[in-house]
Amino acid sequence: MSGGTRLENANPIIFQRSGERLLTATDEDENVHDPIDDREIFDLIRTINDPEHPLSLEELNVVEQVRVKVNDAESTVDVEFTPTIPHCSMATLIGLSIKVKLLRCLPNRFKIDVHITPGTHASEEAVNKQLADKERVAAALENSSLLEVVNQCLSSRG
Amino acid sequence: MEVLSLVQRVSAHPDSRCWFVSWNPAGTLLASCGGDKAIRIWAREGDSWICKGTLEDGHQRTVRKVAWSPCGNYLASASFDATTCIWKKKNDGFESLTVLEGHENEVKCVAWASSGNLLATCSRDKSVWVWEVDEEDDYECVTVINSHTQDVKHIVWHPNQELLASASYDNNICIYKEEDDDWECCATLKGHTSTVWSLCFDAAGKRLASCSDDCTVKIWKEYSSENTQDSSWKCVCTLSGYHGRTVYHVDWCSLTGALATACGDDAVRVFKEENTSDPDQPVFFLAAQVTKAHSQDVNCVAWNPKEAGLLASCSDDGEIAIWQL
Repeated sequence: MSGGTRLENANPIIFQRSGERLLTATDEDENVHDPIDDREIFDLIRTINDPEHPLSLEELNVVEQVRVKVNDAESTVDVEFTPTIPHCSMATLIGLSIKVKLLRCLPNRFKIDVHITPGTHASEEAVNKQLADKERVAAALENSSLLEVVNQCLSSRG
Repeated sequence: MEVLSLVQRVSAHPDSRCWFVSWNPAGTLLASCGGDKAIRIWAREGDSWICKGTLEDGHQRTVRKVAWSPCGNYLASASFDATTCIWKKKNDGFESLTVLEGHENEVKCVAWASSGNLLATCSRDKSVWVWEVDEEDDYECVTVINSHTQDVKHIVWHPNQELLASASYDNNICIYKEEDDDWECCATLKGHTSTVWSLCFDAAGKRLASCSDDCTVKIWKEYSSENTQDSSWKCVCTLSGYHGRTVYHVDWCSLTGALATACGDDAVRVFKEENTSDPDQPVFFLAAQVTKAHSQDVNCVAWNPKEAGLLASCSDDGEIAIWQL
């Protein structure tokens, strides 16, 4: 986060970014009902910045399109994210950033579940419970310093 | 199935959440609170419910819950700003009487004992505080109880005894009573597998309903021992398979015995008990439900204490709905 502090995972593996979504004729046809799909959700979260590294969550393989499940008809979105190391202390913050991004971008009807890819974090259960508790998420987002950190993760890099 | 028919829907806390609604003891006023830091007071005029007043400037952050004193002259509000405000009813509205401070962080719930002399608050700081109220409207903290290991979500007093119950993020329910001038946890109710969001006693106070993030509602019954003064609480019924997501609130109607639930799947449900069921193994059935009662999570349901079947609900969409069963 701040310069000079030792990074938890100093040399992460960097993954290739995906290309832009290919638009088809029906995508641009206003008369065709266009449900929100996995790729669209993935595009919203793949550019989120990692709190530690000048890299996106996609480049660190924290988020992958195959771990995004959307059901437009039932208004549900389920995102699994994979912390880079099993003791990552940033896991809750990363999950919160994904949740906030989706809360801000998706219509209110959506139920958004964000959790850790099973078996990839030592405190998986505790982090998942905290992310699922909307009362604690609401209280966290009223904390201006935490909100600032989340907004930094969500800001697009120049 | 019975029918819950919509009486009215009103935008109560626009562009925000409505977290909680509470009827005054006479059933004539409904207080609501939300993420906009405001408390609103609603009353019936003709056929519709209208806002009679807005209590602002009491809190710096979200107002999570509100509670009326048994006499109906005071309203307490619990806020994420770590304080609890006490408001006194005046002819033309409410005035802030005092602010209770002490919790380290968010106050999640506030509740008055049936005598009106005691008030309890609970917080994310894992503690439950009991306050004594004197005739001069002074509030003094008489105890701080630390029986929970996590965030305390809800507290409720017994309908006629000085017995207090609390629900927590640690999945447990604790029951407290005063012993030798000290408040102690006399029972821990274990059974839910995730956060317990809310609790409600039945009219007689012999049973307690709880609801949880594990998508179930449990009914607990008190069994008193003949030899000692101790009592134990056992889970006698679990309602599972009805709720699609977290159950945020449960309210047991003191007039009819109907049990209403507020759920994260946007539905309001009403359960009733089979008349012939065994008191030690009661059977509850789904008597009515509105699957899309609100456009977002339902946070609270509250039965009117005087008009049987009149139910208020509120939601993340900022709205209040009034229903008639």
